[in-house]
Amino acid sequence: MEIVSTTDTPAFQIDPSINSLLADSQMNVELDDGDMILNIGPQHPATHGTLRLVVRLDGERVISADPVIGYMHRGYEKLTEYRTYPQITTLINRIDWLSSFANEVPFIAAAERLMNIEATPRALYIRAILTELARISTFLLFLGEMGLQVGAITPAFYGFRDREYTLNLIEAVTGGRFHPNYNRIGGLKDDLPWGWIADCRSTMRKMLDSCDEFEDLVLGNPIFQQRTRGVGIIPPELGAAYGVSGSNLRASGVDWDLRRDGDKYLPYDDIEWKVWTHPDGDSFARYWVRLQETRESARMILQLLDQLPDGPIMAKVPRIIKVPEGEIWVNTENPLGEMGYYIVSKGATGPFRVKIRTASFSNVSILPWLLRGIFVPDVITVLASLYFILGDIDR
Amino acid sequence: MPDDTNDDTVEDGAPNAEHEATIATLARELGDGAVVESGVLGGANPGVASLVVRVRPDAWARAAHVCRSTLGYDYLCFIAGIDWMPMPAADEDAEGDTSAPVQPKEMTFGVAGSEGRFQAFAHVESTRVPRSGLTLKTDVDEQDPHVQSWFATYPGADWHERECWEMYGFVFDGHPNLRHIYLPSNFEGHPLRKDFPLLAREVKPWPGLVNVEAMPGEAGDDEEEAAS
Repeated sequence: MEIVSTTDTPAFQIDPSINSLLADSQMNVELDDGDMILNIGPQHPATHGTLRLVVRLDGERVISADPVIGYMHRGYEKLTEYRTYPQITTLINRIDWLSSFANEVPFIAAAERLMNIEATPRALYIRAILTELARISTFLLFLGEMGLQVGAITPAFYGFRDREYTLNLIEAVTGGRFHPNYNRIGGLKDDLPWGWIADCRSTMRKMLDSCDEFEDLVLGNPIFQQRTRGVGIIPPELGAAYGVSGSNLRASGVDWDLRRDGDKYLPYDDIEWKVWTHPDGDSFARYWVRLQETRESARMILQLLDQLPDGPIMAKVPRIIKVPEGEIWVNTENPLGEMGYYIVSKGATGPFRVKIRTASFSNVSILPWLLRGIFVPDVITVLASLYFILGDIDR
Repeated sequence: MPDDTNDDTVEDGAPNAEHEATIATLARELGDGAVVESGVLGGANPGVASLVVRVRPDAWARAAHVCRSTLGYDYLCFIAGIDWMPMPAADEDAEGDTSAPVQPKEMTFGVAGSEGRFQAFAHVESTRVPRSGLTLKTDVDEQDPHVQSWFATYPGADWHERECWEMYGFVFDGHPNLRHIYLPSNFEGHPLRKDFPLLAREVKPWPGLVNVEAMPGEAGDDEEEAAS
């Protein structure tokens, strides 16, 4: 963490290249009222990557905060214009790297809808199971990490331990722990390996237990409650206008989940489940909602496994994928929030334009508003509880 | 709203009754001729039809206001730009990439049409109505690319418009703070325009032929042996 005090402003002429960097972060070096500019990041552990936060402080209180992003910008929207549809799934695995599998689903669904191909029921069920597994593994990291940010080391060990079980399951099916690249237009690469269903069932029962463990360990902890209750409250209307989505918005009491309310993209209607909301909208509520959703996902997987239909895993698909001319928008409920692809196709083997809508980008854009007026230690709590992945912000 | 489970009476690519109501509201609120054209997303699959409305550039900010206050779209999904120009073709004998998908050479416009090369489009949703969503498009002048900002209606437009300004060079009138978001502040050019080349692919044959070494016993090896 680098501290820049405004009283130390050099008197000499600032180099134009540095000046442009300063302009980047809106630093006011002329300021003489004793405010301090504090750079959080780009390498701060609470940022899960390289987010830089330039905060102006009056004592311990934040006057203004300006997130500086783009350290991990890889230009995927440009790259997609140079690749074919099957090649693009490899790219989009790297957008939100904690739940790569969930990234693939909307893109593949968009291509399938444009081509008017329907994936087989078994493929859809396996997609749903793996998407929920990705959700669990993403949230387990959060459940541990959030404890770490407020000073509790133990939950991090629990979180990483349990996440390992789900990653092993994903690896057993797809061959990759983080980048499965397992979806194909019209179905999946492979069927489930032998004995996997029993493994998955027992792991999910273990997950239900460990969720109880987290509930006792973290939620009931008075220190955790003091650090998170009433901190970083997102009002529901403002959150929606900023495009905040997913668990962050549900923690503000908005009962909106694209698995239930969006276009049907996976067989979520076939099972019994519940959308969890919390009225408070603070950091505690965001933790609470994600914990409930982890448990709900484990229950969903158990049901999906029970109902898993037999049959082929690939529909009939032409050997060379050419997507007919058209435009489509497909959005899905990813662990971090709403993810969507707006695809413009001109009938070629690759798309003409892909707009990638990622959850974290909009979730983080509320930070300048959210951090105003709170204390520095709470900045870390709010950052951790919003839960973003830098690859998902920068694309 | 759409509890309909898709009455199959709707013709492929045509707006259904609910879409018509939205178009009518927009046309009424925005005034004469502000709604230029409309269409439906979804390609060959009418089951996932979603409405696209193209509005006149001078009604763009007002359209956002109507979406939020009258139509109840309280959630801003994204704002983005598009460049309809076909990618300039590489020379026949160029060293560069030849594996990229070949797009049609003539300029065609997507759903709801376009006047020229540039368009801005945005998607809004409602958190209260299941399966809702509306895509708005507007034309952007090629020589003088100005668009009205949505910042006053949807504060989330801030970052999306900064990104669009950086990637396409559209100037959002009314945006408080248009500066680079992803790229360094001294970056020149607008990377997502079709005439901005992807240099990595232009200068080096794809896929990575320069990295391939001759296997032992292959042609290159023999020549070396012959020389020594």
